[in-house]
Amino acid sequence: MFSFLIRRVLQAGLVLLIVGFVAFSMFNFVGDPIDNMLGTERTQADIDRLRTQLGLDQPFVVQYWKFLANAVEGNLGVSYRQGRPVAEIIAERAPATLELATVSALFAVGVGVLLGIYTAIRRDGLVSHIIMSVSLIGVSLPTFLIGILLIYLFSVELDWLPSFGRGEVTDLGGWTTGFLTTSGLKALILPGITLGLFQMTLIMRLVRSEMLEVLRQDYIRFARARGLSEKAINFRHALKNTLVPVITVTGLQLGSIIAFAIITETVFQWPGVGLLFINAVQFVDIPVMAAYLMLISVMFVAINLIVDILYVAIDPRLRS
Amino acid sequence: MTLLDIQNLTVEYPSRHGVFKAVSGASLTVEPGEIHGLVGESGAGKSTIGAAIMGLLERPGHIAGGTIAFKSDLISGLDAVAMQDLRGKKISMIFQDPLTSLNPLLTVGEQLMETISLHLGLSQNAAQQRATALLERVGIPDPALRLRQYPHQYSGGMRQRVVIALALCSEPDVIIADEPTTALDVAVQAQILDLIKDLARERQVGVILVTHDMGVIADTTDRVTVMYRGEVVESGTTAQVMGAPNHAYTKSLIAAVPRPQVKLKRFSQISYGGRETRFAIEDIARNWTRVETQADTPLLSVRNLEKRFPIAKSIFPGHSTYLTAVDDVSFDIMPGEVFGVVGESGSGKSTVARLISGLYPLDKGTVEFAGQIVSDPRDKAAVMQFRRDIQMIFQDPYSSLNPRMRVLDIIAEPIRHHKILSGSALTKRVHELLEQVGLGAAAAAKFPHEFSGGQRQRISIARALATQPRFLICDEPTSALDVSIQAQILNILKDLQDHLGLTMLFISHDLPVVRQMCDRVAVMQKGRLLELQDTETLFAAPQTDYTKELLTLMPHLEGLSDEGLDI
Repeated sequence: MFSFLIRRVLQAGLVLLIVGFVAFSMFNFVGDPIDNMLGTERTQADIDRLRTQLGLDQPFVVQYWKFLANAVEGNLGVSYRQGRPVAEIIAERAPATLELATVSALFAVGVGVLLGIYTAIRRDGLVSHIIMSVSLIGVSLPTFLIGILLIYLFSVELDWLPSFGRGEVTDLGGWTTGFLTTSGLKALILPGITLGLFQMTLIMRLVRSEMLEVLRQDYIRFARARGLSEKAINFRHALKNTLVPVITVTGLQLGSIIAFAIITETVFQWPGVGLLFINAVQFVDIPVMAAYLMLISVMFVAINLIVDILYVAIDPRLRS
Repeated sequence: MTLLDIQNLTVEYPSRHGVFKAVSGASLTVEPGEIHGLVGESGAGKSTIGAAIMGLLERPGHIAGGTIAFKSDLISGLDAVAMQDLRGKKISMIFQDPLTSLNPLLTVGEQLMETISLHLGLSQNAAQQRATALLERVGIPDPALRLRQYPHQYSGGMRQRVVIALALCSEPDVIIADEPTTALDVAVQAQILDLIKDLARERQVGVILVTHDMGVIADTTDRVTVMYRGEVVESGTTAQVMGAPNHAYTKSLIAAVPRPQVKLKRFSQISYGGRETRFAIEDIARNWTRVETQADTPLLSVRNLEKRFPIAKSIFPGHSTYLTAVDDVSFDIMPGEVFGVVGESGSGKSTVARLISGLYPLDKGTVEFAGQIVSDPRDKAAVMQFRRDIQMIFQDPYSSLNPRMRVLDIIAEPIRHHKILSGSALTKRVHELLEQVGLGAAAAAKFPHEFSGGQRQRISIARALATQPRFLICDEPTSALDVSIQAQILNILKDLQDHLGLTMLFISHDLPVVRQMCDRVAVMQKGRLLELQDTETLFAAPQTDYTKELLTLMPHLEGLSDEGLDI
């Protein structure tokens, strides 16, 4: 068990090194930042000064090493556009995205698993058929359209929920949260649903098909032959076996909730890192793009690590 | 008092193509302490009767007629709740495959205690005591420790004991055992059957033993009911049905069973119901190019074969642990000989076949074929020629054919690979082969799923013959087949050897089959070759204790009728 963890952490470290290399390479290959930072009225002296100041005159390996060392210390460089440290900008924006992603993930996993179980157990019921048909629509509609439809219905027509922004936020020493105020919570609902809807339908369909597969297994037939109640069979015997493959896909999906929050954040004017990233791309703000790439990869690697550990926790066959 | 009384039971499966009668008008009774065998080939409806008793018919199957009574209370047609109360409490069931019958994510103790608490309403402590006692009862040593373990930490036989313990949780009156020993080794099979016999005798449990294995029927049951395509064709005491069968189907079924005592020239094939399929060995022999070999030098010799598989890998090579699957095995096979390898699962017999054919790389040792070393992968020419000269027939006719390929391509693949024929000549060759194995040229355009198990094994044989090999490796070629189909396939293999002079390596765990097929037999245990003898000598005078034990464990089939045997 311990050696398994060590191996996984080492692998995760390797992945991060490679992503770090890709992120760093952007500095050298995606245009010359000096061009972008200095206006048209610049002198060669200005260019040389900035080049030395940013360390761009040093050899590639030295730059890479400095980049890594700085990244580990939390120093992700200075934004070319805003002229402020990237770490500071991201720290401002990250709470918004993380809270939105958490709400969407809870929604996607909670509702997805429940509906998946329901439609598997009542596979021929009318409600199941309706859920399955509606979910098909949910998968096929693009995120921005769902967002706009929700805004139209709940903000414009019914005027129940806000259509943009985070509402009132509380500052908890560097972390701004919307969880503590009514308007903050209300503001989370629509974007949360918009972002999580696709993952929710995906998880639901996956849980359903895995559960149907598990319900055909011999040990379920044997459990039934022993006279166990349907409740015990479905929730004690079948559900746990269903979860093993579901966890893999769910883990990856949660990663993409964070990574692809961009569209939802744009639709709802959500002040998160997605919006920051879009702006960074427009202005070729490479330090911000590199930091964003690193941040997302750290999250993916962390989620994968958690998934691997959950596997072992659920399936005793992997423990020996 | 009669425990179970089934009268005129009919089970129907409605479908778009009409109603399929899985069971029609079947009657049988089970008395306390009696083991009632239910025998027949696949599709006979024997398992359906078990499922109908338990109220566990797969939808849309349902009881369309007749009655099932338990202790003179009618239980057919009870609602789901009443049925659930009966299941596991009064009537228990044991399934075929112990590897899949237990939930892999719960400990054995959790599964036992759950069932005990449900039926007996005991406290946690009392349930645990009862679970320990049950494991002890079914012969599992150190039960207190074993309760805390997961199913994958048990061997196959041990798991089947756990399954039986689970079936016994609430002292049921009737146990339905559906092929309880089919997936087990002979030694374990004998133990499990003894356990079932003990239960019937000591606790007066009535047992319905569903099986396709006549050996199990003859050795274990008191009464037997023979089924054919959903109907009961014969029923009576085991001695009477096995010794003096009345019905033509029973006669042909019994005649098809391989005998452990005498070697037959050919197997008697089931003629009932017109299921015999032609095999045109003369046609094959006419077009066969024989390679002359010296009769007195071995065609295949293997020397000091060794294969290790890693069990636990470590970053440091020294810390990895290995299982030695094949350990210093050497033997010679003479031209035209059928060389048998027997042993229990895990003895390394299949690994030997895979090492010889090059499916696994060797760790140590050499394989020599017709005087040439063929185990060196760098000698590509020798390996290629060798691969053309040897072909394999696998155990499972379902997974050994690619389901996405047409039969034409399946059989043509080895021919194409060795660039023997191409274009229309190739198609013609495949059609001929299909005609010869009795499937007809039209089969070429179909996919494997359109064929039965026996037909698929014929496709495997056609594929193996496609390159005109000199050596066939048969790895349990009939273990997954019904007796009548087994008889057909074994006769085909005998024909191949007689008419084409093919040399064979025949791997099996089934000693009666080995006695019928092989000239010499090697006995393997835990990767080592224990004993190598002429077949008749081995069966008459085994040298090692292990072989003696194996021979005593095989079914004896003493009461079986000799009618229709080709001795």
